[in-house]
Amino acid sequence: MDLTDLTIKQAAELLRRKEISSVELTQAHLERIKKLEPKLHAFLHVAESEALKQAEEADRLIGEGENSVLTGIPYAVKDNILVKGFQATAGSKILENYIAPYDATVIKKLKQAGPVFLGKTNLDEFAMGVSTETSAFGLTRNPYNLEKVPGGSSGGSACAAAASEALFALGTDTGGSVRQPASFCGVVGLKPTYGRCSRYGLIALGSSLDQPGVMAKTVEDAFSVFQLMAGQDEFDSTSLPKAVPDYSKHLHQGVKGMKIGIPKEYFVAGIDPEVRAVVEGTIKKMEELGAIVSETSLPHVQYSIAAYYIILPVEISANLSRYDGIRYGLSVPSEDLASGYYQSRASGFGPEPKRRIMIGTYASSAGYYDAYYKKAKQVQGLIKSEFTQAFGEHDLLLTPVSPHPAFGIGEKSSDPLSLYLEDIFTGPLNIAGVPGLSLPAGLSKSGLPIGVQLIAPHFAEERLLQAGSALEQALGLKLKPDL
Amino acid sequence: MSISIEEVEKIARLARLSFSPEEKQKLQQELSAILDYVGQLKEVQDKIVEKPYDDPDSVNLMRDDVAEESPIKLELLAQAPAREQGFVKVKSVLE
Repeated sequence: MDLTDLTIKQAAELLRRKEISSVELTQAHLERIKKLEPKLHAFLHVAESEALKQAEEADRLIGEGENSVLTGIPYAVKDNILVKGFQATAGSKILENYIAPYDATVIKKLKQAGPVFLGKTNLDEFAMGVSTETSAFGLTRNPYNLEKVPGGSSGGSACAAAASEALFALGTDTGGSVRQPASFCGVVGLKPTYGRCSRYGLIALGSSLDQPGVMAKTVEDAFSVFQLMAGQDEFDSTSLPKAVPDYSKHLHQGVKGMKIGIPKEYFVAGIDPEVRAVVEGTIKKMEELGAIVSETSLPHVQYSIAAYYIILPVEISANLSRYDGIRYGLSVPSEDLASGYYQSRASGFGPEPKRRIMIGTYASSAGYYDAYYKKAKQVQGLIKSEFTQAFGEHDLLLTPVSPHPAFGIGEKSSDPLSLYLEDIFTGPLNIAGVPGLSLPAGLSKSGLPIGVQLIAPHFAEERLLQAGSALEQALGLKLKPDL
Repeated sequence: MSISIEEVEKIARLARLSFSPEEKQKLQQELSAILDYVGQLKEVQDKIVEKPYDDPDSVNLMRDDVAEESPIKLELLAQAPAREQGFVKVKSVLE
Protein backbone atom coordinates (compact mmCIF):
# COMPACT_ATOMS: atom_id res chain seq x y z
CA MET A 1 0.00 0.00 0.00
CA ASP A 2 1.31 3.43 -0.97
CA LEU A 3 0.37 5.65 1.96
CA THR A 4 0.42 8.76 -0.21
CA ASP A 5 -2.49 7.37 -2.26
CA LEU A 6 -4.84 7.58 0.73
CA THR A 7 -7.52 10.18 1.32
CA ILE A 8 -7.76 11.92 4.70
CA LYS A 9 -10.76 9.77 5.56
CA GLN A 10 -8.93 6.53 4.73
CA ALA A 11 -5.73 7.57 6.50
CA ALA A 12 -7.64 8.66 9.62
CA GLU A 13 -9.38 5.29 9.75
CA LEU A 14 -6.08 3.39 9.44
CA LEU A 15 -4.51 5.62 12.09
CA ARG A 16 -7.45 5.06 14.42
CA ARG A 17 -7.20 1.28 13.99
CA LYS A 18 -3.41 1.62 14.52
CA GLU A 19 -2.72 -0.18 11.23
CA ILE A 20 -0.39 2.66 10.34
CA SER A 21 1.33 5.34 12.42
CA SER A 22 1.47 9.05 11.72
CA VAL A 23 5.27 8.76 11.61
CA GLU A 24 4.96 6.21 8.76
CA LEU A 25 2.37 8.36 6.99
CA THR A 26 4.50 11.49 7.39
CA GLN A 27 7.68 9.72 6.26
CA ALA A 28 5.91 8.46 3.14
CA HIS A 29 4.91 12.02 2.26
CA LEU A 30 8.36 13.43 3.01
CA GLU A 31 9.90 10.79 0.76
CA ARG A 32 7.48 11.64 -2.01
CA ILE A 33 8.32 15.32 -1.59
CA LYS A 34 12.03 14.47 -1.87
CA LYS A 35 11.44 12.45 -5.00
CA LEU A 36 9.13 14.90 -6.80
CA GLU A 37 10.26 18.37 -5.76
CA PRO A 38 13.15 18.55 -8.26
CA LYS A 39 10.47 18.22 -10.99
CA LEU A 40 7.56 20.15 -9.49
CA HIS A 41 8.80 22.79 -7.03
CA ALA A 42 5.53 22.99 -5.12
CA PHE A 43 7.27 23.79 -1.83
CA LEU A 44 9.30 26.83 -0.77
CA HIS A 45 10.22 25.22 2.54
CA VAL A 46 9.96 21.66 3.85
CA ALA A 47 9.91 21.31 7.64
CA GLU A 48 11.17 17.74 7.78
CA SER A 49 12.40 17.37 11.35
CA GLU A 50 9.54 19.41 12.82
CA ALA A 51 7.05 17.30 10.85
CA LEU A 52 8.42 14.07 12.28
CA LYS A 53 8.23 15.51 15.82
CA GLN A 54 4.60 16.45 15.29
CA ALA A 55 3.91 12.97 13.91
CA GLU A 56 5.37 11.36 17.05
CA GLU A 57 3.15 13.61 19.16
CA ALA A 58 0.14 12.67 17.01
CA ASP A 59 0.90 8.96 17.50
CA ARG A 60 0.98 9.54 21.24
CA LEU A 61 -2.43 11.27 21.11
CA ILE A 62 -3.86 8.47 18.99
CA GLY A 63 -2.43 5.93 21.46
CA GLU A 64 -4.36 7.71 24.20
CA GLY A 65 -7.51 7.70 22.10
CA GLU A 66 -7.55 11.51 21.89
CA ASN A 67 -7.63 11.76 18.11
CA SER A 68 -9.92 13.55 15.68
CA VAL A 69 -10.13 13.10 11.91
CA LEU A 70 -7.08 15.33 11.27
CA THR A 71 -4.77 14.00 14.00
CA GLY A 72 -1.51 12.88 12.40
CA ILE A 73 -2.57 13.95 8.87
CA PRO A 74 0.25 15.66 6.91
CA TYR A 75 -0.63 18.98 5.25
CA ALA A 76 0.97 21.91 3.45
CA VAL A 77 0.33 25.65 3.79
CA LYS A 78 0.54 28.40 1.18
CA ASP A 79 3.41 30.73 2.04
CA ASN A 80 1.16 33.74 2.63
CA ILE A 81 -0.47 32.14 5.70
CA LEU A 82 1.39 32.58 9.00
CA VAL A 83 2.65 29.48 10.81
CA LYS A 84 4.51 30.57 13.94
CA GLY A 85 8.28 30.16 13.73
CA PHE A 86 8.36 29.51 9.98
CA GLN A 87 8.98 31.70 6.97
CA ALA A 88 6.07 33.55 5.34
CA THR A 89 7.49 35.07 2.16
CA ALA A 90 4.22 35.56 0.23
CA GLY A 91 6.43 34.67 -2.74
CA SER A 92 8.16 38.06 -2.49
CA LYS A 93 11.76 39.17 -1.99
CA ILE A 94 10.47 41.88 0.32
CA LEU A 95 9.53 39.17 2.88
CA GLU A 96 12.35 36.74 2.06
CA ASN A 97 13.68 36.74 5.64
CA TYR A 98 10.41 37.24 7.50
CA ILE A 99 9.60 34.70 10.22
CA ALA A 100 5.97 34.48 11.33
CA PRO A 101 5.69 35.69 14.94
CA TYR A 102 2.25 34.08 15.48
CA ASP A 103 -0.17 31.57 13.97
CA ALA A 104 -2.96 32.63 11.62
CA THR A 105 -6.30 31.89 13.27
CA VAL A 106 -7.07 29.10 10.77
CA ILE A 107 -3.70 27.48 11.61
CA LYS A 108 -4.31 27.87 15.35
CA LYS A 109 -7.69 26.18 14.97
CA LEU A 110 -6.29 23.34 12.85
CA LYS A 111 -3.39 22.75 15.26
CA GLN A 112 -5.88 21.86 17.99
CA ALA A 113 -6.74 18.76 15.95
CA GLY A 114 -3.07 17.73 15.71
CA PRO A 115 -2.34 17.54 11.97
CA VAL A 116 1.30 17.38 10.79
CA PHE A 117 2.62 20.56 9.14
CA LEU A 118 4.94 19.59 6.27
CA GLY A 119 5.97 22.97 4.91
CA LYS A 120 5.14 26.11 2.95
CA THR A 121 4.06 26.14 -0.68
CA ASN A 122 4.83 28.38 -3.63
CA LEU A 123 2.51 31.13 -4.88
CA ASP A 124 2.38 34.12 -7.17
CA GLU A 125 4.03 37.11 -5.50
CA PHE A 126 1.60 38.34 -2.80
CA ALA A 127 -0.95 35.97 -4.43
CA MET A 128 -1.09 38.28 -7.46
CA GLY A 129 -1.41 35.97 -10.41
CA VAL A 130 -3.08 32.95 -11.94
CA SER A 131 -0.09 30.77 -12.82
CA THR A 132 2.42 30.87 -9.91
CA GLU A 133 4.85 32.35 -12.44
CA THR A 134 5.16 35.70 -10.62
CA SER A 135 6.73 34.06 -7.53
CA ALA A 136 10.12 35.57 -6.73
CA PHE A 137 11.36 32.06 -5.93
CA GLY A 138 10.83 30.22 -9.21
CA LEU A 139 7.85 28.61 -10.87
CA THR A 140 5.85 25.49 -9.99
CA ARG A 141 4.94 22.91 -12.62
CA ASN A 142 1.63 21.19 -13.31
CA PRO A 143 1.85 17.54 -12.16
CA TYR A 144 -0.15 16.41 -15.22
CA ASN A 145 2.16 18.09 -17.69
CA LEU A 146 5.43 19.65 -16.59
CA GLU A 147 5.31 22.20 -19.42
CA LYS A 148 2.03 23.64 -18.13
CA VAL A 149 1.35 26.00 -15.23
CA PRO A 150 -0.39 24.66 -12.09
CA GLY A 151 -2.65 27.72 -12.02
CA GLY A 152 -2.48 30.25 -9.26
CA SER A 153 -2.06 31.93 -7.10
CA SER A 154 -2.19 28.86 -4.80
CA GLY A 155 -0.31 26.81 -7.42
CA GLY A 156 2.10 25.20 -4.95
CA SER A 157 -0.73 24.01 -2.71
CA ALA A 158 -2.75 22.63 -5.65
CA CYS A 159 0.33 20.88 -7.02
CA ALA A 160 1.24 19.40 -3.61
CA ALA A 161 -2.28 18.03 -3.10
CA ALA A 162 -2.54 16.69 -6.66
CA ALA A 163 0.90 15.05 -6.61
CA SER A 164 0.12 13.39 -3.24
CA GLU A 165 2.91 15.31 -1.51
CA ALA A 166 0.38 16.27 1.19
CA LEU A 167 -3.05 14.94 2.17
CA PHE A 168 -4.45 18.45 2.03
CA ALA A 169 -3.16 21.96 1.48
CA LEU A 170 -4.36 25.40 2.49
CA GLY A 171 -4.62 28.25 0.02
CA THR A 172 -6.12 31.70 -0.18
CA ASP A 173 -8.73 32.85 -2.69
CA THR A 174 -9.22 36.50 -3.63
CA GLY A 175 -10.47 36.08 -7.22
CA GLY A 176 -10.12 32.34 -7.85
CA SER A 177 -6.73 31.51 -6.34
CA VAL A 178 -7.93 28.27 -4.74
CA ARG A 179 -10.50 27.16 -7.33
CA GLN A 180 -8.57 27.77 -10.57
CA PRO A 181 -5.36 25.93 -9.56
CA ALA A 182 -7.53 23.13 -8.10
CA SER A 183 -9.19 22.84 -11.51
CA PHE A 184 -5.86 22.92 -13.39
CA CYS A 185 -4.35 20.25 -11.09
CA GLY A 186 -7.38 17.97 -10.71
CA VAL A 187 -8.12 18.40 -7.00
CA VAL A 188 -11.08 19.72 -5.02
CA GLY A 189 -10.84 23.40 -4.05
CA LEU A 190 -13.17 25.16 -1.61
CA LYS A 191 -13.54 28.93 -1.24
CA PRO A 192 -15.76 29.75 1.74
CA THR A 193 -18.17 32.68 2.05
CA TYR A 194 -16.44 35.98 2.75
CA GLY A 195 -16.67 36.27 6.54
CA ARG A 196 -16.89 32.51 7.20
CA CYS A 197 -13.20 31.99 8.07
CA SER A 198 -10.91 34.41 9.83
CA ARG A 199 -8.38 36.29 7.69
CA TYR A 200 -6.19 37.00 10.74
CA GLY A 201 -2.65 35.91 9.88
CA LEU A 202 -3.19 35.87 6.11
CA ILE A 203 -0.82 38.26 4.35
CA ALA A 204 -3.40 40.71 3.01
CA LEU A 205 -4.05 41.05 -0.73
CA GLY A 206 -7.57 42.49 -1.07
CA SER A 207 -9.01 42.60 2.43
CA SER A 208 -12.65 42.82 1.30
CA LEU A 209 -12.22 39.80 -1.01
CA ASP A 210 -9.69 37.39 0.61
CA GLN A 211 -10.68 34.06 2.17
CA PRO A 212 -8.54 31.09 3.19
CA GLY A 213 -9.53 27.87 1.41
CA VAL A 214 -8.79 24.16 1.24
CA MET A 215 -7.46 21.83 -1.45
CA ALA A 216 -7.85 18.07 -1.06
CA LYS A 217 -8.45 14.88 -3.04
CA THR A 218 -12.15 14.58 -2.18
CA VAL A 219 -15.04 16.88 -1.29
CA GLU A 220 -15.49 15.11 2.04
CA ASP A 221 -11.80 15.61 2.88
CA ALA A 222 -11.97 19.32 2.03
CA PHE A 223 -14.97 19.75 4.30
CA SER A 224 -13.43 17.85 7.21
CA VAL A 225 -10.67 20.50 7.14
CA PHE A 226 -13.03 23.43 6.51
CA GLN A 227 -15.21 22.27 9.45
CA LEU A 228 -12.32 23.13 11.80
CA MET A 229 -11.36 26.41 10.06
CA ALA A 230 -14.79 28.05 10.00
CA GLY A 231 -16.18 30.43 12.59
CA GLN A 232 -16.03 33.97 13.92
CA ASP A 233 -12.75 35.34 15.25
CA GLU A 234 -12.30 38.34 17.53
CA PHE A 235 -9.14 39.23 15.57
CA ASP A 236 -11.03 39.64 12.28
CA SER A 237 -13.97 42.01 12.54
CA THR A 238 -15.21 40.92 9.11
CA SER A 239 -15.68 37.30 10.24
CA LEU A 240 -19.36 36.90 11.01
CA PRO A 241 -21.13 35.40 14.04
CA LYS A 242 -22.91 32.67 12.08
CA ALA A 243 -23.26 29.21 13.60
CA VAL A 244 -21.08 26.60 11.87
CA PRO A 245 -23.18 23.54 10.99
CA ASP A 246 -22.04 19.93 11.34
CA TYR A 247 -21.16 19.49 7.67
CA SER A 248 -20.90 15.69 7.85
CA LYS A 249 -24.70 15.55 8.18
CA HIS A 250 -25.00 16.84 4.62
CA LEU A 251 -22.73 14.23 3.08
CA HIS A 252 -25.11 11.57 1.80
CA GLN A 253 -28.21 13.66 1.15
CA GLY A 254 -27.91 13.62 -2.64
CA VAL A 255 -29.26 16.21 -5.06
CA LYS A 256 -32.74 14.85 -5.74
CA GLY A 257 -35.07 17.85 -6.14
CA MET A 258 -32.22 20.33 -5.79
CA LYS A 259 -32.65 23.33 -8.10
CA ILE A 260 -29.49 24.05 -10.07
CA GLY A 261 -29.19 27.24 -12.12
CA ILE A 262 -26.94 27.59 -15.14
CA PRO A 263 -26.09 31.28 -15.62
CA LYS A 264 -26.22 31.83 -19.38
CA GLU A 265 -23.60 34.60 -19.22
CA TYR A 266 -21.00 31.95 -18.36
CA PHE A 267 -21.40 30.24 -21.71
CA VAL A 268 -20.22 32.93 -24.05
CA ALA A 269 -17.79 32.57 -26.91
CA GLY A 270 -14.21 31.78 -25.99
CA ILE A 271 -14.81 28.66 -23.89
CA ASP A 272 -12.66 25.73 -24.94
CA PRO A 273 -14.94 23.08 -26.54
CA GLU A 274 -13.55 20.39 -24.25
CA VAL A 275 -14.41 22.47 -21.16
CA ARG A 276 -17.89 23.07 -22.55
CA ALA A 277 -18.35 19.34 -23.12
CA VAL A 278 -17.25 18.50 -19.56
CA VAL A 279 -19.66 21.07 -18.09
CA GLU A 280 -22.51 19.82 -20.26
CA GLY A 281 -21.73 16.24 -19.22
CA THR A 282 -21.83 17.34 -15.57
CA ILE A 283 -25.19 19.03 -16.05
CA LYS A 284 -26.54 15.79 -17.55
CA LYS A 285 -25.17 13.85 -14.59
CA MET A 286 -26.89 16.24 -12.19
CA GLU A 287 -30.20 15.65 -13.97
CA GLU A 288 -29.71 11.87 -13.81
CA LEU A 289 -29.19 12.26 -10.06
CA GLY A 290 -32.57 13.97 -9.81
CA ALA A 291 -31.59 17.64 -9.72
CA ILE A 292 -33.82 20.14 -11.51
CA VAL A 293 -31.57 22.10 -13.85
CA SER A 294 -32.65 25.32 -15.55
CA GLU A 295 -31.09 28.39 -17.13
CA THR A 296 -30.70 31.54 -15.10
CA SER A 297 -29.18 34.97 -15.62
CA LEU A 298 -26.70 37.25 -13.86
CA PRO A 299 -27.13 40.20 -16.26
CA HIS A 300 -24.11 42.26 -15.15
CA VAL A 301 -21.73 39.46 -14.19
CA GLN A 302 -19.52 40.26 -17.20
CA TYR A 303 -18.53 43.50 -15.45
CA SER A 304 -17.14 41.57 -12.45
CA ILE A 305 -13.54 41.51 -13.62
CA ALA A 306 -13.52 45.21 -14.46
CA ALA A 307 -14.88 46.00 -10.97
CA TYR A 308 -12.46 43.48 -9.45
CA TYR A 309 -9.42 45.05 -11.11
CA ILE A 310 -10.32 48.40 -9.59
CA ILE A 311 -11.39 47.32 -6.10
CA LEU A 312 -8.49 44.87 -5.70
CA PRO A 313 -5.61 47.18 -6.79
CA VAL A 314 -7.01 50.00 -4.63
CA GLU A 315 -6.91 47.67 -1.61
CA ILE A 316 -3.47 46.40 -2.69
CA SER A 317 -2.04 49.92 -2.86
CA ALA A 318 -3.28 50.52 0.70
CA ASN A 319 -2.28 47.08 2.06
CA LEU A 320 1.21 47.09 0.54
CA SER A 321 2.01 50.56 1.84
CA ARG A 322 3.00 48.79 5.08
CA TYR A 323 6.16 47.51 3.37
CA ASP A 324 8.25 50.53 4.14
CA GLY A 325 11.47 48.87 5.33
CA ILE A 326 10.92 50.10 8.88
CA ARG A 327 8.99 47.55 10.95
CA TYR A 328 9.68 44.34 9.03
CA GLY A 329 10.63 43.06 5.62
CA LEU A 330 13.45 44.15 3.33
CA SER A 331 15.15 47.36 4.41
CA VAL A 332 17.71 48.89 2.06
CA PRO A 333 20.19 51.13 3.97
CA SER A 334 19.76 54.72 2.82
CA GLU A 335 20.75 58.33 3.40
CA ASP A 336 17.37 59.53 4.58
CA LEU A 337 13.86 58.33 5.38
CA ALA A 338 12.28 59.00 1.97
CA SER A 339 14.98 57.32 -0.13
CA GLY A 340 14.74 54.30 2.22
CA TYR A 341 11.08 53.89 1.25
CA TYR A 342 11.83 54.16 -2.48
CA GLN A 343 14.84 51.84 -2.43
CA SER A 344 13.31 49.15 -0.20
CA ARG A 345 10.08 49.03 -2.21
CA ALA A 346 11.77 49.27 -5.62
CA SER A 347 14.13 46.36 -4.91
CA GLY A 348 11.73 44.29 -2.77
CA PHE A 349 8.60 44.19 -4.95
CA GLY A 350 8.50 42.37 -8.28
CA PRO A 351 6.82 43.75 -11.45
CA GLU A 352 3.27 42.50 -10.70
CA PRO A 353 2.87 44.05 -7.22
CA LYS A 354 4.32 47.29 -8.60
CA ARG A 355 1.89 47.27 -11.52
CA ARG A 356 -1.09 46.73 -9.22
CA ILE A 357 0.07 49.33 -6.69
CA MET A 358 0.26 51.79 -9.60
CA ILE A 359 -3.27 50.98 -10.85
CA GLY A 360 -4.69 51.17 -7.33
CA THR A 361 -2.95 54.43 -6.54
CA TYR A 362 -4.23 55.93 -9.79
CA ALA A 363 -7.83 54.70 -9.36
CA SER A 364 -8.09 56.01 -5.81
CA SER A 365 -6.27 59.31 -6.37
CA ALA A 366 -7.93 62.71 -6.34
CA GLY A 367 -10.04 63.30 -9.45
CA TYR A 368 -10.40 59.62 -10.39
CA TYR A 369 -12.04 58.17 -7.29
CA ASP A 370 -15.64 58.66 -8.48
CA ALA A 371 -15.01 57.40 -12.00
CA TYR A 372 -13.23 54.24 -10.87
CA TYR A 373 -13.48 53.12 -7.25
CA LYS A 374 -16.94 54.46 -6.47
CA LYS A 375 -18.33 53.12 -9.74
CA ALA A 376 -16.71 49.72 -9.13
CA LYS A 377 -18.23 49.47 -5.65
CA GLN A 378 -21.65 50.33 -7.09
CA VAL A 379 -21.32 47.66 -9.76
CA GLN A 380 -20.21 45.23 -7.05
CA GLY A 381 -23.48 45.91 -5.20
CA LEU A 382 -25.41 45.32 -8.41
CA ILE A 383 -23.69 41.97 -9.07
CA LYS A 384 -24.17 40.89 -5.47
CA SER A 385 -27.91 41.60 -5.70
CA GLU A 386 -28.10 39.62 -8.96
CA PHE A 387 -26.59 36.59 -7.23
CA THR A 388 -29.08 36.98 -4.38
CA GLN A 389 -31.88 37.14 -6.91
CA ALA A 390 -30.66 34.01 -8.73
CA PHE A 391 -30.57 32.18 -5.39
CA GLY A 392 -34.22 33.08 -4.86
CA GLU A 393 -35.03 30.51 -7.53
CA HIS A 394 -32.05 28.13 -7.34
CA ASP A 395 -30.28 26.24 -4.57
CA LEU A 396 -26.96 26.24 -6.41
CA LEU A 397 -25.37 27.54 -9.59
CA LEU A 398 -23.09 25.46 -11.82
CA THR A 399 -20.45 26.93 -14.14
CA PRO A 400 -17.00 26.21 -15.57
CA VAL A 401 -14.04 27.18 -13.32
CA SER A 402 -11.85 28.40 -16.17
CA PRO A 403 -12.49 28.84 -19.91
CA HIS A 404 -9.71 26.30 -20.63
CA PRO A 405 -7.45 23.66 -19.07
CA ALA A 406 -3.96 24.59 -17.80
CA PHE A 407 -2.01 26.80 -20.23
CA GLY A 408 1.68 26.60 -21.09
CA ILE A 409 4.46 28.03 -18.96
CA GLY A 410 5.37 31.46 -20.37
CA GLU A 411 2.38 31.44 -22.74
CA LYS A 412 0.64 34.46 -21.19
CA SER A 413 3.24 36.02 -18.94
CA SER A 414 4.05 38.90 -21.30
CA ASP A 415 0.48 40.24 -21.30
CA PRO A 416 -0.80 41.31 -17.85
CA LEU A 417 -4.35 41.96 -19.07
CA SER A 418 -4.77 38.47 -20.57
CA LEU A 419 -3.76 37.03 -17.18
CA TYR A 420 -6.28 39.26 -15.40
CA LEU A 421 -9.05 37.88 -17.63
CA GLU A 422 -8.24 34.36 -16.36
CA ASP A 423 -10.40 35.13 -13.30
CA ILE A 424 -13.46 35.62 -15.49
CA PHE A 425 -15.51 32.72 -14.03
CA THR A 426 -14.14 32.71 -10.47
CA GLY A 427 -13.80 36.44 -9.68
CA PRO A 428 -17.57 37.13 -9.61
CA LEU A 429 -17.90 34.96 -6.47
CA ASN A 430 -15.42 37.11 -4.56
CA ILE A 431 -17.15 40.25 -5.83
CA ALA A 432 -20.45 38.86 -4.46
CA GLY A 433 -18.85 37.22 -1.39
CA VAL A 434 -20.50 33.85 -2.08
CA PRO A 435 -18.80 30.44 -1.57
CA GLY A 436 -17.67 28.14 -4.38
CA LEU A 437 -16.33 24.67 -4.94
CA SER A 438 -14.06 23.58 -7.77
CA LEU A 439 -14.52 19.89 -8.51
CA PRO A 440 -12.58 17.75 -11.01
CA ALA A 441 -15.08 16.66 -13.68
CA GLY A 442 -13.05 15.38 -16.60
CA LEU A 443 -9.80 15.24 -18.52
CA SER A 444 -8.93 16.89 -21.82
CA LYS A 445 -7.73 14.75 -24.74
CA SER A 446 -4.21 15.78 -23.86
CA GLY A 447 -4.67 14.55 -20.29
CA LEU A 448 -5.23 17.83 -18.43
CA PRO A 449 -7.84 18.02 -15.65
CA ILE A 450 -10.99 20.12 -16.17
CA GLY A 451 -13.05 21.29 -13.21
CA VAL A 452 -16.59 22.55 -12.70
CA GLN A 453 -17.62 25.21 -10.22
CA LEU A 454 -20.57 24.96 -7.85
CA ILE A 455 -21.74 28.24 -6.31
CA ALA A 456 -23.91 28.50 -3.17
CA PRO A 457 -25.61 31.42 -1.41
CA HIS A 458 -23.80 33.20 1.44
CA PHE A 459 -23.08 30.82 4.33
CA ALA A 460 -24.65 27.80 2.58
CA GLU A 461 -21.40 25.84 2.07
CA GLU A 462 -23.20 22.64 3.12
CA ARG A 463 -24.95 22.66 -0.27
CA LEU A 464 -21.54 22.53 -1.95
CA LEU A 465 -20.72 19.43 0.09
CA GLN A 466 -24.10 17.85 -0.58
CA ALA A 467 -24.04 18.35 -4.35
CA GLY A 468 -20.26 18.14 -4.74
CA SER A 469 -19.93 14.76 -3.06
CA ALA A 470 -22.95 13.35 -4.94
CA LEU A 471 -21.46 14.51 -8.22
CA GLU A 472 -18.01 13.25 -7.32
CA GLN A 473 -19.40 9.79 -6.62
CA ALA A 474 -21.49 9.74 -9.80
CA LEU A 475 -18.60 10.87 -11.98
CA GLY A 476 -16.30 8.28 -10.40
CA LEU A 477 -13.11 9.93 -11.71
CA LYS A 478 -9.93 8.42 -10.36
CA LEU A 479 -7.39 11.10 -11.11
CA LYS A 480 -3.72 10.58 -10.44
CA PRO A 481 -0.86 12.22 -12.29
CA ASP A 482 1.80 9.93 -13.77
CA LEU A 483 4.96 11.16 -12.08
CA MET B 1 -7.58 55.83 -22.41
CA SER B 2 -3.90 56.53 -22.37
CA ILE B 3 -1.90 57.99 -19.54
CA SER B 4 1.20 60.09 -19.94
CA ILE B 5 4.73 59.47 -18.69
CA GLU B 6 4.23 62.47 -16.36
CA GLU B 7 1.19 60.75 -14.86
CA VAL B 8 3.16 57.52 -14.42
CA GLU B 9 5.82 59.52 -12.58
CA LYS B 10 3.25 61.25 -10.41
CA ILE B 11 1.56 57.99 -9.40
CA ALA B 12 4.95 56.40 -8.73
CA ARG B 13 5.78 59.26 -6.36
CA LEU B 14 2.48 58.85 -4.53
CA ALA B 15 3.16 55.11 -4.18
CA ARG B 16 6.84 55.55 -3.19
CA LEU B 17 8.03 53.48 -6.13
CA SER B 18 10.83 54.30 -8.55
CA PHE B 19 11.24 53.08 -12.13
CA SER B 20 13.82 53.24 -14.89
CA PRO B 21 12.90 55.12 -18.11
CA GLU B 22 12.28 51.76 -19.88
CA GLU B 23 10.06 50.55 -17.03
CA LYS B 24 8.08 53.79 -17.15
CA GLN B 25 7.45 53.38 -20.85
CA LYS B 26 6.30 49.79 -20.41
CA LEU B 27 4.07 50.77 -17.49
CA GLN B 28 2.53 53.56 -19.54
CA GLN B 29 1.39 51.02 -22.12
CA GLU B 30 0.31 48.36 -19.62
CA LEU B 31 -1.58 50.76 -17.37
CA SER B 32 -3.34 52.33 -20.35
CA ALA B 33 -4.51 48.90 -21.55
CA ILE B 34 -5.74 47.93 -18.09
CA LEU B 35 -7.52 51.28 -17.58
CA ASP B 36 -9.16 50.83 -21.00
CA TYR B 37 -10.48 47.48 -19.87
CA VAL B 38 -11.80 48.61 -16.48
CA GLY B 39 -13.23 51.72 -18.18
CA GLN B 40 -16.02 49.52 -19.54
CA LEU B 41 -17.77 50.04 -16.18
CA LYS B 42 -18.87 53.40 -17.61
CA GLU B 43 -21.28 51.37 -19.79
CA VAL B 44 -23.25 50.40 -16.69
CA GLN B 45 -25.88 53.10 -16.42
CA ASP B 46 -25.71 55.23 -13.33
CA LYS B 47 -29.42 54.86 -12.73
CA ILE B 48 -29.07 51.09 -12.34
CA VAL B 49 -26.36 51.30 -9.75
CA GLU B 50 -27.30 54.50 -7.94
CA LYS B 51 -29.25 52.71 -5.24
CA PRO B 52 -26.76 51.40 -2.69
CA TYR B 53 -27.01 47.69 -2.10
CA ASP B 54 -28.58 47.04 1.26
CA ASP B 55 -26.91 44.07 2.87
CA PRO B 56 -28.57 42.96 6.11
CA ASP B 57 -25.41 41.07 7.15
CA SER B 58 -23.18 44.13 6.86
CA VAL B 59 -23.02 45.62 10.32
CA ASN B 60 -19.91 47.13 11.81
CA LEU B 61 -18.43 44.97 14.53
CA MET B 62 -16.47 47.32 16.75
CA ARG B 63 -14.44 46.65 19.86
CA ASP B 64 -13.62 49.21 22.52
CA ASP B 65 -10.59 51.26 21.62
CA VAL B 66 -8.45 50.07 24.49
CA ALA B 67 -4.71 49.53 24.21
CA GLU B 68 -3.50 46.14 25.42
CA GLU B 69 -0.05 44.71 25.96
CA SER B 70 0.81 42.35 23.10
CA PRO B 71 1.97 38.91 24.23
CA ILE B 72 4.33 38.78 21.24
CA LYS B 73 5.88 42.24 21.54
CA LEU B 74 9.46 40.91 21.44
CA GLU B 75 8.83 38.65 18.44
CA LEU B 76 7.30 41.58 16.55
CA LEU B 77 10.15 43.92 17.46
CA ALA B 78 12.70 41.30 16.42
CA GLN B 79 11.54 41.74 12.80
CA ALA B 80 12.48 45.44 12.71
CA PRO B 81 15.80 46.21 11.00
CA ALA B 82 16.77 48.86 13.57
CA ARG B 83 15.78 48.92 17.25
CA GLU B 84 16.73 50.79 20.38
CA GLN B 85 15.50 50.25 23.96
CA GLY B 86 12.41 48.33 22.91
CA PHE B 87 11.46 50.78 20.14
CA VAL B 88 11.63 50.63 16.37
CA LYS B 89 14.32 53.06 15.27
CA VAL B 90 13.70 55.30 12.24
CA LYS B 91 15.68 57.97 10.46
CA SER B 92 14.82 61.52 11.46
CA VAL B 93 11.64 62.86 9.87
CA LEU B 94 12.29 66.54 10.61
CA GLU B 95 15.61 68.22 9.99
